[in-house]
Amino acid sequence: MIIAEQKAFEEIEKRLAPFTRVLVLGCKGCVTVCSAGGAKEVGILATALKLARAEHGLPIDVRELTVERQCDPEYLEPVAVKAGDAQVILSMACGAGVQLTAERVLKLPVLPAVNTVFIGVAEKAGTYAERCQACGDCKLAATGGICPVARCSKSIMNGPCGGSTRGKCEISSDVPCGWQLIIDRLEALGRMDLYDEIMDEADWSTSRDGGPRRIVREELE
Amino acid sequence: MKSGSNLEAVLAAGHFAVTSECGPPRGADVEAVKKKAELLRGHVDACNITDNQTSVVRMSSIAACSIIREMGLDAVMQMVCRDRNRIALQSDILGGYALGIKNVLCLSGDHQTFGDHKQAKNVFDIDSIQLVRMVKRMRDEGKLLGGDDLQGRPRMLVGAAANPFADPFAIRARRLKKKIDAGADFIQTQCIYNIPKFKEWMKQVVDMGLHERTAILAGVTPLKSYKMASYMATSVAGMDIPADVLERMKNVPKDKGAGAAEGIKIAIETIEQLKEIQGVRGVHLMAIEWEKAVKELVKGAGLHPRPMVEAHDVANGEVKDNG
Amino acid sequence: MRLEYPHGVRIVRLPCTGKTDVRTLLETFLAGADGVMVIGCLEGECHYIRGNIKARARVARTRKILDETRIGGERLRMYNLSASQAQRFAEAVNEMTDTVRAMGPSPLARHRALGAATPSAPPGDEG
Repeated sequence: MIIAEQKAFEEIEKRLAPFTRVLVLGCKGCVTVCSAGGAKEVGILATALKLARAEHGLPIDVRELTVERQCDPEYLEPVAVKAGDAQVILSMACGAGVQLTAERVLKLPVLPAVNTVFIGVAEKAGTYAERCQACGDCKLAATGGICPVARCSKSIMNGPCGGSTRGKCEISSDVPCGWQLIIDRLEALGRMDLYDEIMDEADWSTSRDGGPRRIVREELE
Repeated sequence: MKSGSNLEAVLAAGHFAVTSECGPPRGADVEAVKKKAELLRGHVDACNITDNQTSVVRMSSIAACSIIREMGLDAVMQMVCRDRNRIALQSDILGGYALGIKNVLCLSGDHQTFGDHKQAKNVFDIDSIQLVRMVKRMRDEGKLLGGDDLQGRPRMLVGAAANPFADPFAIRARRLKKKIDAGADFIQTQCIYNIPKFKEWMKQVVDMGLHERTAILAGVTPLKSYKMASYMATSVAGMDIPADVLERMKNVPKDKGAGAAEGIKIAIETIEQLKEIQGVRGVHLMAIEWEKAVKELVKGAGLHPRPMVEAHDVANGEVKDNG
Repeated sequence: MRLEYPHGVRIVRLPCTGKTDVRTLLETFLAGADGVMVIGCLEGECHYIRGNIKARARVARTRKILDETRIGGERLRMYNLSASQAQRFAEAVNEMTDTVRAMGPSPLARHRALGAATPSAPPGDEG
């Protein structure tokens, strides 16, 4: 899923300073799963905003709404109406959701309440880790199901580098060496033959390096 | 001869080679480069210039290599994959050769979190093994990675690094093979303090016949003090300093220079042992910010004077050794 | 035992501190509380197994938000005691009262006279 993390409260408060009528808009998709922007987080942030304003002795009128997803236009249709006379929408969705909301609710500014950080998995409740860089050319078949682009700090295709120490990346002992993981997996699968082949240079043109991407599936229109 | 570089000629003539390295200045001070190079002249067969090592901005390797070339030293241009994409790397290979640089060392590069610009975007378009292969192709086939032909080939000796002490130990020789398959003509290793472990690695290397396909230069770094030794032992990834070496450095008398003297002694002993190991064709002396020590090491290990080999003599199959 | 503890302390009973949630704790301050104590069973003795452990995490998160909104995280505190620890209960309440008195009334108090933002009823799921 897409993993996001709430922005520092100070930053959110600062951006909202010019406004008195705010709609906090949550999303039941990824941000609910990683507890960053679902209905519960909408409620907590809304209340925190009220507290902070009250502390200044200034008014704020905070409305709350959580929609199915902010990345599909159909779910955003009711938002403009439900926003009523709000002056700003504080979206707790990922960057994609914030943008589509902004596109669809033209009359209002839409501000992000979270930082969209990565595509990843829950290793356990409350611990999320990056797994995919959306390079557009999945290499997992050659590396035992572990991604060298996302899990190696240097996105090396023929790793590990000389900094791999005791299974950890040189940048931090909290980061496993992606290539150690790949080698362990290939050994377990009896596929070290894959390791001996020199992997070719990545084609980064399918990633964001090649420009913003778009897929059109005509049969779905 | 692939490049006609002095390093290649010395190796081809069968001598035990000596290379060293220089870190360029953190500024535009040309004299700083010349001073360091002057300390090495006559004591090494070629001199590496590092490429923004540890992600710290320094004068570019290509520029500093050009400066030492003009002084008459054979330069080894280090190139990391961290900062430049395949376009810039190929361009610098061509530019480097145009400036008279005949050796290149292909590296991944330390991650930018180590350096002075942690917020930089990291490039890593290709990795060190792909870089080796790319340069070899430019030299031997006259082609760019994209397939187009070159107008003039960069005839460079291609090197790569190897770390016998980094994990996972089990695949180190296998990864070395990949680098050699890709075309590495020479290998410079991380600095060695643990001779038995290095011997284990070399055995694997020799068993795979890799020592015959590439020239392995064993890395040596003299320790300056116990403080330096313990820092390296604990805080530098991929470093292996055995307890007995640490003890020796710890037990030196408190006199000024005693630590350095012991460090030099240990380094010379290391070089002597390395000379005896099958498959080791030379040493790569990394005396960081202590280039003065190189002269002592080379002399102390009986590697002075350096051989004067004429490249064309070797090319014709006759080794006319004037050294 | 009839032990004394200060006036102005309102007791809200819950079946388990695991019923607390961040929002409700924040709403309590919005409604004008100067301090809030969450009093749960001793760790390891929760009748609902881990309710008090969850409460601990929620209290921690709420304290952080109270600091960010300048109300003061120290105004919220969790205590663990068993039903038989009457003495400890009185001590805890006295301790908390002292803490909150030293901090002064909630920052919201100074604006109450000016008719500042009043809390709304917790809204439903879809606004």
